[in-house]
Amino acid sequence: MKGGQRTGDLHSALRPWYFAGPATLWTVAFFVLPLAAMAVVSLWTLEGQSTDFSLANYRQFFANPSYYRAMINSLEVTAIVTVVSVLLAYPLAWILAEGVPERWQRLALILAILPFWTSYVVRSYSWLLVLSERGVVNNVLVASGLLNAPVQLANTRFATILGFVHFFVMLLTLTIYASLKQLPRTYRRAAADLGASGLQTFRHIILPLTMPGIMVGAFLTFVLAIGDYVTPQILGGNNELLMPQLIMLQIGRRGDFPLAAALSLILMLVVTVAYLAAARWLKLERA
Amino acid sequence: MKFQRSAAGRLFGTLLAGMAAAFLSAGADAQELNALVWCDHSDPEVLKPFEEANGVKVNVKEFEGTGAGLAIVEQSQPGDWDVMVIDSIDVRRGVEKGLFEPLPEDQLPLADIFPDVMMDQHGKVDGKRYGVTEKFGYNTIGFNKEKVDPADMQSLAALADPKYKSRIAIYDYYLPVIGMAALAAGKKTSELTEDDLPAIRDVLLKWKANSKLVGEVTASQTALATGEVDILVGGGEWVTAGLAKENPALDFSIPKEGGILWSQSLAMFAASKNKGLALKFIQYILSPEGQARLATSSCYWGMPASQKAALTDQERKTLRFDEQKEFLARAQPYPAPDADLDKKMQDVWTEMLQAQ
Repeated sequence: MKGGQRTGDLHSALRPWYFAGPATLWTVAFFVLPLAAMAVVSLWTLEGQSTDFSLANYRQFFANPSYYRAMINSLEVTAIVTVVSVLLAYPLAWILAEGVPERWQRLALILAILPFWTSYVVRSYSWLLVLSERGVVNNVLVASGLLNAPVQLANTRFATILGFVHFFVMLLTLTIYASLKQLPRTYRRAAADLGASGLQTFRHIILPLTMPGIMVGAFLTFVLAIGDYVTPQILGGNNELLMPQLIMLQIGRRGDFPLAAALSLILMLVVTVAYLAAARWLKLERA
Repeated sequence: MKFQRSAAGRLFGTLLAGMAAAFLSAGADAQELNALVWCDHSDPEVLKPFEEANGVKVNVKEFEGTGAGLAIVEQSQPGDWDVMVIDSIDVRRGVEKGLFEPLPEDQLPLADIFPDVMMDQHGKVDGKRYGVTEKFGYNTIGFNKEKVDPADMQSLAALADPKYKSRIAIYDYYLPVIGMAALAAGKKTSELTEDDLPAIRDVLLKWKANSKLVGEVTASQTALATGEVDILVGGGEWVTAGLAKENPALDFSIPKEGGILWSQSLAMFAASKNKGLALKFIQYILSPEGQARLATSSCYWGMPASQKAALTDQERKTLRFDEQKEFLARAQPYPAPDADLDKKMQDVWTEMLQAQ
């Protein structure tokens, strides 16, 4: 009897592990171990150089202006993309949540996320054609007399940002829309009853309460944009390098995986800092 | 050192290449050939005659850059791959890793190959042939002859001329373009050392200041074809020939300073389980029909290595086949730096890309 009870207690104690075990194993196998392997490889050097563990790859990043410039470029582009996407996505989400009749909202949402359905690469090349000197944008600007001659829009940082914003506005719209829909209408009525103007209600009630949705979307935008290779490669015209391009450059011909691993870990560190900042902010908000 | 590289390879592409290799080996039998190739070999028109004649299926996996290709091999099981297309200058890298099988010279039509592109210094090690040239061409100046003065394109100096500002694209591969910059700086590509890099860097920065974009194959081709730019630094027949039908104004020149000779080779894996079939494939690619089809592949055109390629008169004209003797005489070899110089060249290239 006692033995059976002890077995039962053991089963109870281990039960959480039964459920958490598969997920933990999955995470260890496909995230922790590969990450550890990458950290080890980042301390190696490509053949022909030292065989010992060293910080040479990390030193190279901080010593070579072309390398750390890539990080600065990435941060600048990502910050602009995140801010612009939030500024465009919020009104769009608002219109979807408040301006579109309930029965049309599902269709409107589908239309809003339609760009997600096309290939990322095809979409980027499409933007390249639209923004080219003989593309739609330049043709319209020249035909309307706003420009005397076409300007360079494609193969610029502007094009990279535009390509990113086009994609991430959709993502942010979804997260902000979800926040807006969770907001009880009674809050706005209560604010109006207490004499608050529309602007005051938005500023003191709606915006703070939808901020978690904005932050989550902004963080996702930041993470996905800073690690993206395709958009800057196709639309930026290699007129400047962002971190993912710098990483790929190490692999293409020379196969310098150690340096690529070091650069990837530095990029991951920046993303981690962004995550911690966002998590801390959200925690403070909840408190 | 070898352990380092192979371990790095295993750690890093295991998932992707391992899955590809597992997929291929799962269905592999004596009637399948697994080939690591560049995109010109993926054209069904290139593979079909070989598959039909031998009743086999050729499974291809494309890669770009020798480093990426060798990483795929390192992440695969021995025997997963039978043949590989590789930059001729990099055949030795594969031999040093023990990947390639010596090829039986007496069973290959080597006498048909243009002597200038045999590349024995790269394809042969210790007297044994490991790689055989299958296609070649030039990294030089590609241009639209209706938009620029063809006479200007006879000198690399035109690439820094302000009158062509923002009308230039640069092909995004550092070795051939650095080779061209070396020619512009009056240096020989076969004798490049670290001391030459400052002069090369200055030329590259001038070209970058004059350019609109630095693009990989598709982007640079598109830019030239759509009129976004009128000149492609590093371009050549591989860009203009394939587009000649739609846009006959596209042309290339070998300027007075010379052009850079590129060439790609075929090699057989030592661990191949289908060596007989692999050799047949190499023989087919080097045959007159295989050469013609490879030269005019839908991915990109290039000069066939064989002088007996069964090209039509129009195809020969487009590829400027009859001018090859003169072109080859003026071309300089692809830069073939050692690992240390290669790294330094790439850093110069990175600096150029970041320059505003």
